[in-house]
Amino acid sequence: MSLWEYANPVKFMATSGRILPACAVLAGLVTLVGVCWGFFATPEDYKQGATVKIIFIHVPAAMMAINAWAMMLVASLIWVVRRHHVSALAAKAAAPVGVAMTLIALFTGAVWGQPMWGTWWAWDPRLTSFLILFLFYLGYMALWAAIDDPDTAADLTSVLCLVGSVFAILSRYAVNFWNQGLHQGASVLRAGAVTGSDTEEKVSNVYALPLFVSMAGFFLLFLALVLMGTRTEIRARRIKALEARARMADA
Amino acid sequence: MRALLLRDMRLAVRAGGGFGLALAFFLIVVTLVPFAVGPQPEVLGEIAAGVLWIGALLACLLSLDRIFALDYEDGSLDLLATAPVPLEGVTAVKALAHWLTTGLPLVLAAPVLAVLLHLPGPGFLWLTVSLAVGTPALSVIGCFGAALTVGLKRGGLLLSLIVLPLYVPVLIFGAEVARRGVDGLAVGTPLALLGGLTAGAVALLPFAAAAAIRINLR
Repeated sequence: MSLWEYANPVKFMATSGRILPACAVLAGLVTLVGVCWGFFATPEDYKQGATVKIIFIHVPAAMMAINAWAMMLVASLIWVVRRHHVSALAAKAAAPVGVAMTLIALFTGAVWGQPMWGTWWAWDPRLTSFLILFLFYLGYMALWAAIDDPDTAADLTSVLCLVGSVFAILSRYAVNFWNQGLHQGASVLRAGAVTGSDTEEKVSNVYALPLFVSMAGFFLLFLALVLMGTRTEIRARRIKALEARARMADA
Repeated sequence: MRALLLRDMRLAVRAGGGFGLALAFFLIVVTLVPFAVGPQPEVLGEIAAGVLWIGALLACLLSLDRIFALDYEDGSLDLLATAPVPLEGVTAVKALAHWLTTGLPLVLAAPVLAVLLHLPGPGFLWLTVSLAVGTPALSVIGCFGAALTVGLKRGGLLLSLIVLPLYVPVLIFGAEVARRGVDGLAVGTPLALLGGLTAGAVALLPFAAAAAIRINLR
C-alpha cells in the first residue's frame, strides 16, 4: 500500500468517488457551523463592531489561497519527477479554486478596510503580495488554456509553477522592503500565543475557536472542489481518448 | 557560442530585426507621460525615475517574442537543440544578445530621456546604475517567458501576462535604487539586492528556459 497507487487514474477515480460525497457534505457542514458560530454567536468587538466578523471568511480564504499554490507546487513537482497524470490534473484543478480564494480574500479585505482603515485599498505589503499572487494564478491558468497538447501543457505549466513560486516568494519580501504595512501581523496561529509565553496581542479565544472551525471548513471545501475538478479533468481526458479512438475506427 | 551571439546580434540589427524599435518605444512612452500628467517640472521630476523604469520594462517586453519565435518557425531552433553546444548555453547567449541589442541601448538612452522628464541632478548616476544592473535580469526572465510560449500561435499577450508578474521584484528594487538616488539617500541595500537578483536569475533561469524549449520541441 503506497501513496503512488493513486497515480493510477482508475484507482484514483474509485477512491475519490467514495471520498468526495462525504468530503463535500462535511465541508458544507463544518463551514456552515464555523461561519454561523462566528456570525451569530460571538460578541461584537468594542472597537470594530460587527465588522470584526469578516475574519471568519477572510482569514480562511487567505489561508487557502496560499495553500492552494503550495499544493500546485507539490503536484507540479510530482508530475515533473514521476510523471503521474493525476498529479498534473490535480494542479490544474487547484488553480481556479486558488484564484477564487484569492479574490474572496481581497474582496472581504476591502470591505473590512473601508470602515476600519477608511480606504478600500492600500499599497500595504500583504495586500500587494496577494494582488501579485492573483496575477501569478492568472498567468498559470492562461498558460494551461493556451496549449492544446495536454502533456506539453502539463510540463510547461509545471516549469512555470516552479519558477513562479521562487519569484512569488521574492516578490513577497521585495514588497515588504518597498512599503510599510497597515495590515496586522500574524495574530491567530503563533507558537508563543498558544503557550502563553508571548505577551503580544493575539486574537481572543472567543473569535479564535469559531475561526479554527471555519478554517477547517474551508480546507475541506478546497479538498472537495479539487477532487471534483480532478475527476472532471480525468473524465474530459477519457472522452478525448474515446473520441480519438472513434475517429481512428472511422478512418 | 560566440558565433551564435554574433549571428543573433546581426539578425537583430539588420532590417526587420526590430533593433531600435524598443528605443523608439521608450522615447514615445517618455513623451506621452507629460501629456498625461501635465508639464510641471516638479511633478515630472517626482515620477521621472519610476516612469523611466516602467518604460524600460515595457520596451524590453516588446522585443521578447523575437528571441525564439523566428528560430522556431524556420527550424534553426531544432538545429541549435541538437548542436554540440548545450541548450542552456544557447538560451544564455540568446538572453545576452537580447540584452546587448535592447537593454544596453535603453540604459544608455535613459539619462538623455531623464533630462526630458526633469529628473533631479543626483538621480542621473543611480538611475543609470540601477538600469545597468537590473536590465540583464529583465532579459533573462523574458527569455524564460519566451521559451515557455514559443510553440504558441498568438503567444504575445500571454507572454506579457506570464512575464510581468515575474518582473515585480526587479522593478521594486531597481526603482528603489533610483528613488533613493534622487533623494540623496544611501542606495547600498537595494542595489545589492538588485544585483543579487540579477546574478541569481542569470545563473538559474537559462536552465529553466532550456527545459521549456526541450518540452516545446518534443
